[in-house]
Amino acid sequence: MLAEITLRNWLLAEIPQSKSQARCQRVYISWLAFRRNPVAVIGLLIIASLVAVAALAPWITASDGLELHLSERLQAPGSEHWFGTDELGRDIFDRIIWGSRITLYIVALVSIIVVPIGLLVGTVAGYIGGWVDTVLMRLTDIFLAFPRLILAMALVAALGPGLENAVLAIALTTWSPFARIARAEALTIRNSEFILAAQVQGVSTAGILLRHVTPLCLSSVIVRLTLDMAGIILTAAGLGFLGLGAQPPTPEWGAMISLGRQYLIDQWWVPTVPGIAILVVSLGFNLLGDGLRDVFDPKSGG
Amino acid sequence: MTRAPEAPLLSVEDLHVTYDTPTGLVRAVRGVSFELGREKLGIVGESGSGKSQTGRAILGLTAPGGQVSARRLDFEGTDLLTANHRTMRRIRGAGISMIMQDPKYSLNPVMTVGAQIEEAFRIHSKASKQEARLRTLEMLRTVKIREPERVYKAYPHEVSGGMGQRIMIAMMMIPEPDIIIADEPTSALDVTVQLQVLAVLDDMISERGMGLIFISHDLNLIASFCDRILIMYGGKVMEECTAADLGQAKHPYTRGLLNCLPSLEGGHDELPVLQRDPSWLTSPGVPE
Repeated sequence: MLAEITLRNWLLAEIPQSKSQARCQRVYISWLAFRRNPVAVIGLLIIASLVAVAALAPWITASDGLELHLSERLQAPGSEHWFGTDELGRDIFDRIIWGSRITLYIVALVSIIVVPIGLLVGTVAGYIGGWVDTVLMRLTDIFLAFPRLILAMALVAALGPGLENAVLAIALTTWSPFARIARAEALTIRNSEFILAAQVQGVSTAGILLRHVTPLCLSSVIVRLTLDMAGIILTAAGLGFLGLGAQPPTPEWGAMISLGRQYLIDQWWVPTVPGIAILVVSLGFNLLGDGLRDVFDPKSGG
Repeated sequence: MTRAPEAPLLSVEDLHVTYDTPTGLVRAVRGVSFELGREKLGIVGESGSGKSQTGRAILGLTAPGGQVSARRLDFEGTDLLTANHRTMRRIRGAGISMIMQDPKYSLNPVMTVGAQIEEAFRIHSKASKQEARLRTLEMLRTVKIREPERVYKAYPHEVSGGMGQRIMIAMMMIPEPDIIIADEPTSALDVTVQLQVLAVLDDMISERGMGLIFISHDLNLIASFCDRILIMYGGKVMEECTAADLGQAKHPYTRGLLNCLPSLEGGHDELPVLQRDPSWLTSPGVPE
């Protein structure tokens, strides 16, 4: 108890004694602001447990989710199989756990592809302006104009079904809002004095974009990314459901619903459990994103 | 302290900067001519007299929508009007550099001080990271910053205004330019810090034998700091004189400006208001 009090004092000291203390304080104060929003904390807990479950999957589960036990097919949830078994006798709990890895894999890959594309298009358009801006932004508008799932479906249909192609298709339909955000930020940054100062020094346009404009666009892009995660998960599940994403027997949640939907009336748990998993995780990302926006966004005060 | 006898570093002849705005053409600079050697040239004038626009036009950084034309705009034999992007980039920083008004806005808030100065140095030289770091620390010491190691790692919001402006000077001086344009470098600073920053600037300029264009609206400051003074009004040069002769300036505008300055001895009940004469814009030079 005493140690905790002194730690808190150390973290909230008026005058930090060292640079690292100041940095810890900054993190701690952000955390205090974040903690005041209980809904955001729930979001954080959901995402944290998703990550934990995905990381610890081999220790939590009894099987790899692919083993068939035809004698135990379609068993109701119980002490043996917490979430029941599916039409091929696979344990649904295990499949959900292994499926969390696939969900995280999709989310991570899409982010890695989408953020650089969005930042590049947006900052170039916003900073250079003129006809470059017009061309890039109309291109962005074209991508924004399509319904996400339809465009992703068309792309997967062209590329061929599969998890990697689904990720590519989702990325190609997701980058446009990031480009818009980055452009809006770049527009305000490009008139700053420090950009003029960099120009006076003879920094090249690429150097200014990379070293001066992009770092300042990052925080709003990150917040937008967490808010977009739910959309990414839903699109991935949608593609899986339509048979265009991960292919069986991969325990992807959308594909699990698709295979289980014929059992909805008599063995309701087969499609319902993965549905709840999708719901909970996308809700978690939305709540977390909301909370992060409140902490990161300097314009909302606090 | 006299005009350099050798070929001037920079010659400007009949410089015009025009902006095409929805309400018509705005002629920000109309026919400014001067030459700059290794000396300190002051440009004074009120707001909107085109002094900053002149500085920016020399660097080729006129805001979009602005048109620059001149009979001659020549830096050490390079025509700045026809130079391509690559040449201009080489000249900016290493040839001509500019110190801006407010360090609060002219330093990148998310880059450390050291990284910004280092960037300025490494653009124009092939120095290694290690060497750039040493040069940066040395430069910080030159601009009289105590604890350069600490400041090197600091962010711009962690330093004071006077320190920020000295950092700005270090950043602009490190590629060793021939000409520095200082656009109101001390206007955003406390009076007490102003002199300190000017002293740093003065030392470096005389040590390295650079040319300085000092843009300000502070007549007294310019008179004490510069060798030669251009007085601008409405985008034109009204009068050119040496700093020592400012008291004997003949143009009515200059006289008017000088009369507007309150003196310590007092003597005025009410400061005279400057009476502007539209004919100054049509016939520049000292009227007979």
